[in-house]
Amino acid sequence: MIEVRGLAKYFGRFSALRGLDLSVGAGEFIALFGRNGAGKTTLLRIVAGLSHPSSGQVEIHPDRAVVPRYLRGCIGYLSHNTSLYMDLTAIENLRFYAQLMDLPVDDDVLMRRISQVGLSGREREPVRNYSRGMQQRLAIARAFLHDPDILLLDEPFTGLDQAGSAFLKNYLLSAHSRGKTCMMAIHDAALGYEMADRLVVIDKGAAALDVPKQSVSLAEFQEKFMSLTAD
Amino acid sequence: MTKIWAIFRKDLLIELRTKDTLNSMLFFGVVVLVIFNFSLESLRESIRPAVPGILWVAFAFSGTLGLNRMFAAEKENGCLQGLLMVPVDRGTIYFGKMLAATVFMFISEIVIFVFTLVFFNLTVWGEIPYLALVFLIGTLGFTAVGTLLSAIAVNTKLREVLLPLILFPVILPILVNAVEATNIILNTTEYRSLRLPVSIMSVFTIVFGTISFLLFEYVLED
Repeated sequence: MIEVRGLAKYFGRFSALRGLDLSVGAGEFIALFGRNGAGKTTLLRIVAGLSHPSSGQVEIHPDRAVVPRYLRGCIGYLSHNTSLYMDLTAIENLRFYAQLMDLPVDDDVLMRRISQVGLSGREREPVRNYSRGMQQRLAIARAFLHDPDILLLDEPFTGLDQAGSAFLKNYLLSAHSRGKTCMMAIHDAALGYEMADRLVVIDKGAAALDVPKQSVSLAEFQEKFMSLTAD
Repeated sequence: MTKIWAIFRKDLLIELRTKDTLNSMLFFGVVVLVIFNFSLESLRESIRPAVPGILWVAFAFSGTLGLNRMFAAEKENGCLQGLLMVPVDRGTIYFGKMLAATVFMFISEIVIFVFTLVFFNLTVWGEIPYLALVFLIGTLGFTAVGTLLSAIAVNTKLREVLLPLILFPVILPILVNAVEATNIILNTTEYRSLRLPVSIMSVFTIVFGTISFLLFEYVLED
């Protein structure tokens, strides 16, 4: 479903990615690990079409001939930035994004989406009044409003409390069980191990480790991860 | 068209709630007028020839302030990222933002113009349709270029300083011809000579609007 070949990205002299190769099958859940600056966010942003690679290629649905603009319609991108307008209410935010995504703008459907993320009763409040956790819940509804096939998640648990984390975890596992493809950058090795089918460690802009979860125990993975990322 | 309208409507709704952009544009525009009013006190009897220049200085300064806010608000919480993830042409985003900038600037121009009439004691009822046309074309030219340059400037550290530095040299033809056209309307009765400045402004708006539309996709990438 996603083919990444020889991906490189330079920011001036700094190389965020150096010839990274990765192949993600439909319905796979990949956890991306790595220290800060390893290139996880850059990889996700390039796959999402938010950034252009300096060299290399990303192909999404290589079997389908689709215009890049329409590819964005099959991707949901969630990061610690909520992409929500603080002075609009929850329903106005979703209505705005639904209009841009050519989705039916039906307030009942949007209300249901908001209630699915646990915010019923707060739909008509400005997002500015929400706590960080509530904003992230609404960001989940926004990012996956169009029911995308591919979920790109950049440290989505940042700033969430225990209840929020549990909610997001269940939401993502349920999406995965419905056949959605997930790529998630995460720092918490135990949580990433628990949720994903495949574990990829990115170090110095390349995939330093790429293993199926069944092939390693959590303790073995943590040990390998530590040794790969130790200075 | 629905998507352009959605972007415009969203900007309008946020502005109606916060009043951040319009308030600062109006305040700044009126302050510029007050400064001119005091500094040109000795020319009060023969101020009319200077009014077109004063007007467009106030319009341009307050418009730049509005353009600075245009994409700064999108940067908050990564909203620009959310906007770029939706499956729409970048050109649609350009036109939506340009429409919002044009409406905000036109509203502020109306208020600034009313203050100009009061401060400089002018009567212009008969000239209002012609002035409205010149203001509209001038504003469209200003925002056609300004929307693109605002999107460029927003990704830099010095965005508030950078925007006027790159904007004013580019929109000079619009400003010069807008002042000329306003001068013809306010200080002569030769309305036929409006054709040249209005044509130049229109061609500039179409050419630079097209270039900005085509380039907009690239300025939003990193």
